[in-house]
Amino acid sequence: MNTRGLRSQLKDSVPVTGLCPQAGPYGVQDSLRRGFSSVKNELLPSHPLELSEKNFQLNQDKMNFNTLRNIQGLHAPLKLQMEYRAARQIQRLPFLPSSNLALDTLRGADDTIGFEDILNDPIQSEMMGDPHIMTEYKLGVL
Amino acid sequence: MLNTSTKTPTGGFSFENTRRNAVLEANLLEKGYSAPNARKTGTTIAGLIFKDGVILGADTRATDDMVVADKNCMKIHYIAPKIYCCGAGVAADAEVTTQMMSSNVELHSLSTGRPPLVAMVTRQLKQMLFRYQGHIGSSLIVGGVDVNGAQLYSVYPHGSYDKLPFLTMGSGAASAISVFEDRYKPNMEVEEAKQLVRDAITAGIFCDLGSGSNVDLCVITEKTVDYLRGYDQPVQKGLREGTYRYKPGTTAVLTKTVTPLTLDVVDESVQVMDTE
Repeated sequence: MNTRGLRSQLKDSVPVTGLCPQAGPYGVQDSLRRGFSSVKNELLPSHPLELSEKNFQLNQDKMNFNTLRNIQGLHAPLKLQMEYRAARQIQRLPFLPSSNLALDTLRGADDTIGFEDILNDPIQSEMMGDPHIMTEYKLGVL
Repeated sequence: MLNTSTKTPTGGFSFENTRRNAVLEANLLEKGYSAPNARKTGTTIAGLIFKDGVILGADTRATDDMVVADKNCMKIHYIAPKIYCCGAGVAADAEVTTQMMSSNVELHSLSTGRPPLVAMVTRQLKQMLFRYQGHIGSSLIVGGVDVNGAQLYSVYPHGSYDKLPFLTMGSGAASAISVFEDRYKPNMEVEEAKQLVRDAITAGIFCDLGSGSNVDLCVITEKTVDYLRGYDQPVQKGLREGTYRYKPGTTAVLTKTVTPLTLDVVDESVQVMDTE
């Protein structure tokens, strides 16, 4: 188990919105869409790996960009992040699974296989998000 | 069924059910039952570097707590043409880990255009196992021959590794390593080395309850790979001394009644199957 403790994980990483109170449009718990709230469910992760797995990609990127900045200067991570942002926008409609091919190629994940390719492949998921709700959320109308 | 969340689904491990499982386990514990455990391989695996290459050895028993689940499972997995890996610990974790490694190694060597290095396999394994902090319970011995010669590494579930001329892992590791410590010499000949690995695994089979059945060997040299499945079978099932069936006529017949059933064909229908 990571000896740095849970609090440092929560503090240093990008805030995990999945664990924070699911605020609806008025800042209160949206019971209709997200169900009842529970303090334990929102403050503590249910598994020691949950937080570290949620933040893994972000932490890797942060580390790599920092190293790149130290070696090559500020321009290198800036240019790369610009490309990442552009690639991240290449998506299908919000409720359809996107291949993220450009993003994967930039990350170098197109020639590795990890658990995210084997387990819980979104293309083979049995549940689909409601098209209307997801599009409205994406457009900010919800 | 439609999902009312607005998040796009991602792949990988899903922790949705951990809380539910914790509650279920607590409920079972109250009643005195325990939740089922993952099947482990309760193993003896060993590896040895000899004059021309590497020999990997393993037993073939998989246990489910105290019951033997598989009497003849394969614990030596293929990673690359000249790199093989023995897996101990949770059987599913070892299997999936080695399969993923095999795919990654193939993709990597296609990308670099060179044959894979054993050190590369070890590095990817230890990075992955460290990422999951030991929750993936597989201990592995990776052995193979590459441009740098014959190499042998062991990787532990939390991500540490060792590079040594002879290694053992699994529940029978203590028994097997004692045989190695006693008789290992550098630069042994192939037959002597095969005998030594066989003896080490047999020590694990006899002295450890979690290991049993046969000995599998894999001899990797620069020129060839010999996968010797069932190289030795030290534990044979005993032969029954006599037949214990009852002779016909042991039970006396007191009365016998015969009632013939006459059946008429009422209706006949033919259904053609779509076999294409």
